[in-house]
Amino acid sequence: MQLQTLQFVKKVLPPFSIGSVSTPGGPVFRVTSDWSRADTWGMIKSRVGAFRMNYAVTPGLYAAGEPKQDSDVFVTANYKLTFDILRRSLKEMNAWILVLDTKSINVWCAAGKGTFGTDELVQRIAATGLDKVVTHRRLILPQLGAVGVCASEVHEKTGFRVSFGPVQARDIPAYVRAGYKKNKAMRTITFSMIDRLILTPMEINPAMKKFPWFAGGILVLFGLQPSGLLFHPAWSNGLPFLILLLLTVVAGAFLTPALLPFVPFRSFAVKGWIVGMLSSALAVGTLGIIDGHNTILLAVSYLFFPALSSYIALQFTGSTTFTGMSGVKKELKIGLPVYIGAAGISLALMIVFKLKEWGLV
Amino acid sequence: MKYLANVTTLKYRSEKCAGCGSCVEVCPRGVFEMQGKRAAVTDRDLCMECGACALNCEFGAIAVNSGVGCAAAIINSIINGGPPSCDCSGGASSCCG
Repeated sequence: MQLQTLQFVKKVLPPFSIGSVSTPGGPVFRVTSDWSRADTWGMIKSRVGAFRMNYAVTPGLYAAGEPKQDSDVFVTANYKLTFDILRRSLKEMNAWILVLDTKSINVWCAAGKGTFGTDELVQRIAATGLDKVVTHRRLILPQLGAVGVCASEVHEKTGFRVSFGPVQARDIPAYVRAGYKKNKAMRTITFSMIDRLILTPMEINPAMKKFPWFAGGILVLFGLQPSGLLFHPAWSNGLPFLILLLLTVVAGAFLTPALLPFVPFRSFAVKGWIVGMLSSALAVGTLGIIDGHNTILLAVSYLFFPALSSYIALQFTGSTTFTGMSGVKKELKIGLPVYIGAAGISLALMIVFKLKEWGLV
Repeated sequence: MKYLANVTTLKYRSEKCAGCGSCVEVCPRGVFEMQGKRAAVTDRDLCMECGACALNCEFGAIAVNSGVGCAAAIINSIINGGPPSCDCSGGASSCCG
């Protein structure tokens, strides 16, 4: 058994583990609460792009500190960043960590999909032989896991009683010290400026992926002449709109999320539109890059771009901690026709602009 | 921060409440609080329809049409049919993680 354990450890020792602990259900890795440089780098990469999609730890049971048969069991997702935040929060504690297979998705999103759910928890308890590892029958789940886990059903099927712990793993030590009681702050989700800023790279990224298409469209529009597609007018006349397009992405994907509570109205579409109007005003007025004497260009600046900013801002509803499906549906019901209308009218105006430019009207 | 007023589909029937406090324990928005032996709704507009309360109410006192409050997911469901889900067609970098 000892030799077997050693071989097992040598073979697949994950970087965050410091040896192993033998349990009636087989050896499990003991994890460190410290973060390596690779862990921090992994967090940064997960915050900005697709790296997160495969950032996973193997589901199963892990040990933090020197857990015994009566130690607490904390359940979590197998998104590595989630797992890392949990093990860091369990510093100097002795506990078991039960990792569910959530396909490398965080607890809340996975609970919404059902992968951090009752069935997976019931199966994982059986697969790890948890009932032999611990003598008690208590599990502590992250509170946001309650979206996917029905506590009474887990109790019925496994005998384990589920407690929903604090929303944030960092509150676990205080929660345990308080006798497994949560105060209001521990059970309420917040959305600070820092929380929002952390999320903006994933708003800017997808918007910038579409940027080349829009930019190409603008250049073709301005470069198109009766004699063909000319580079000089495309660049010199198109550039102001390219800058405005960039400002609009900043307005919708960065400024609106960052300044969310300070922009008036509750509707994200309206918030994004207001910030978009301000960025158009900045381009036309302060920067003077759009020719203010040309009524058509002026109209497009104030019609199309704020609508685009509004649309981009509306995407942020998917990342907040307080928007619901019914509200977003309502916004889209009104917003989508307005966006399509604004885009259609803007296109028509630009056609008129071109016809005028070519002296056809 | 609060989202749009009067849009949540949350329905609470206090006469079915047995006072277990599960809804207070799971709601991350403080929609419920215990008033005496029963739960009471503090402010409906705080609700984001995550569905944790309804799933964990053993007495069937709570119902909510829960789902993903994400514009991209809802637009996808309009175009492709089916309920809004996080499995965006954009794949890799488009969704939650």
